[in-house]
Amino acid sequence: MTALAPPAARVKAPTARGGRSGVTWMALPALLMFLAFGLVPLIGVLLLSFTTWDGIGPITPSGLTSWRNALSDRELPHALWVTFEIMAISWLVQTPISILIGTFMAAFKRYRGFLAVLYFIPLLLSSAAISITFKALIDPNFGIGSGLGVDWLKQNWLGEPKLAMGVLVFIVSWQYIPFHSLIYQGAVRQIPASLYEASKIDGAGGMRQFFSITLPQIKYTIITSSTLMVVGSLTFFDLIYVLTGGGPGDSTRALALEMYQKGFMANLMGPASAIAMILVLVGVILAQILRRLGGRGDESQLEGM
Amino acid sequence: MTTTIKATGTPTRQTQQERPTRRTNNLLKKNWIGGSFGWLWLLVVMIPLYWIVITSFKTQANYFITNTFAPPSDPTLDNYRTVIDNEIVRYFFNSVVVTLGATLPAVLISFMAAYAIVRGSGNFVLRWTNNLFLMGLAIPLQAVIIPVYLIIIRLKLYDSLLGLILPSLAFAIPLSVLVLRNFIRDVPKELFESMHIDGATEWGILWRLAFPLTRPALVTVTIYSALGIWNGFLLPLVLTQSPEKRTIPLALVNLQGQFGVNTPAIAASVTLTTIPIVLLYAIGRRQLVSGLTAGVGK
Repeated sequence: MTALAPPAARVKAPTARGGRSGVTWMALPALLMFLAFGLVPLIGVLLLSFTTWDGIGPITPSGLTSWRNALSDRELPHALWVTFEIMAISWLVQTPISILIGTFMAAFKRYRGFLAVLYFIPLLLSSAAISITFKALIDPNFGIGSGLGVDWLKQNWLGEPKLAMGVLVFIVSWQYIPFHSLIYQGAVRQIPASLYEASKIDGAGGMRQFFSITLPQIKYTIITSSTLMVVGSLTFFDLIYVLTGGGPGDSTRALALEMYQKGFMANLMGPASAIAMILVLVGVILAQILRRLGGRGDESQLEGM
Repeated sequence: MTTTIKATGTPTRQTQQERPTRRTNNLLKKNWIGGSFGWLWLLVVMIPLYWIVITSFKTQANYFITNTFAPPSDPTLDNYRTVIDNEIVRYFFNSVVVTLGATLPAVLISFMAAYAIVRGSGNFVLRWTNNLFLMGLAIPLQAVIIPVYLIIIRLKLYDSLLGLILPSLAFAIPLSVLVLRNFIRDVPKELFESMHIDGATEWGILWRLAFPLTRPALVTVTIYSALGIWNGFLLPLVLTQSPEKRTIPLALVNLQGQFGVNTPAIAASVTLTTIPIVLLYAIGRRQLVSGLTAGVGK
């Protein structure tokens, strides 16, 4: 996964530190636990995608049957599309708002601590609790709409495909914008003040500074934050499961939910494993694309580690 | 990266409070757009939280007739009683057992591994281990849930708390190792060496020197892992069956179905199960904030 460029320097550094083999065994408990429940399952999911299994009975190898089954199902392209839809819309909503709030919080001193405390609360709650809260809150009969007496808010939010998608993206933003804002806040604070001072002397205004200094300077943070958003959105499961169950119809049934329903509801573990493999592949490919976009930023990040 | 030990104790405090005054403060102060978004978003964040808390104190009849956002006219604790009558204490207990049972061992073995990786960094096995954990960060639990399910049923641990603990523990390891490794790496190696020359074993150095020095990072990692496990939904959903093995998030979803239109009771269940986390947050906020953003800085 790591870049190949600086191996020479990397090999030297450890030997200079003086590697000790007397400590190797200390890594074993963690290594074994992670092999057993992390790496072995990853290989397992690949193997299981070439078998037929109903989740209870015997597992029988069946070649490409499961893959054929998974790939020929018209639900798969739909689930992929829904996944990308959620990913793209939530990225488009979250990124600009997070950057704005992050920049704001980086400079705004007086209430910043107070803001940061409250901003973090959504991250503490389980997706289940959040979904339940919003589900009750947007209830067309007893929720926010009738409470405020605003008819526009009295819609059947989870009954219309487009509205349900909107609610989903809103909740995702509600939960994660604070987190990404804090990442941006940290990044903006690391921009050397001399850049701003120099531009001020040159007569640049706030807007100009934001677009010519702040944005280019946090480029790599944008990549990092986007990677987290994009790869993270592949694994939205709890939220969709509790909020819509994939509905209305199949309009919010993303890949992770599709896999769960195939595997644990329809008892088709083989095709479900194939979908899980697709999930892994999509994640790796997207992360690689974003890494490329990041260019050299990736290396300099590794140097610091 | 050249921080001394004194500095490593309170890195977040320094970056959070001192730098901006000096640097960007006066230059970015006029960011009105960002400012209004900041306060607006605070409102967006707080409204649902406010709503869920006030609703939990309303009677069901009162809830239907009064304004949703008005505080309850005659606050009641009946909803909390209803929730407690529905075995919430048991689910709470399950969540505590799973969270502690997975987090504490995960952090301890991650700490040992991180120490080994830093101290024995020339070693092939350890380099390989380190790379494996880095790769592990990219494995989503969702993608491997089917084999995990298979392993748990083969171990005859299906529908048991131990069956939830083991995979939770394993998935807490990669990030914990990464954060702890970065932290231990900042400790000057002369400290380890001098203790080594004084005749201390690696095991002794691990617990008597590295452990106290790494304490802030250990707290961060513990809180972060515990939070993730406490809120975990997929593992209990897939690996348990009987109601008495449920943890809080799964129980919440089931209670929601059971309470139906009794929104105040649902609100009480959400509020009641969230209070412990908010309290913990109040205690360990600084560590949590630095932990959540660990490794994603610039």
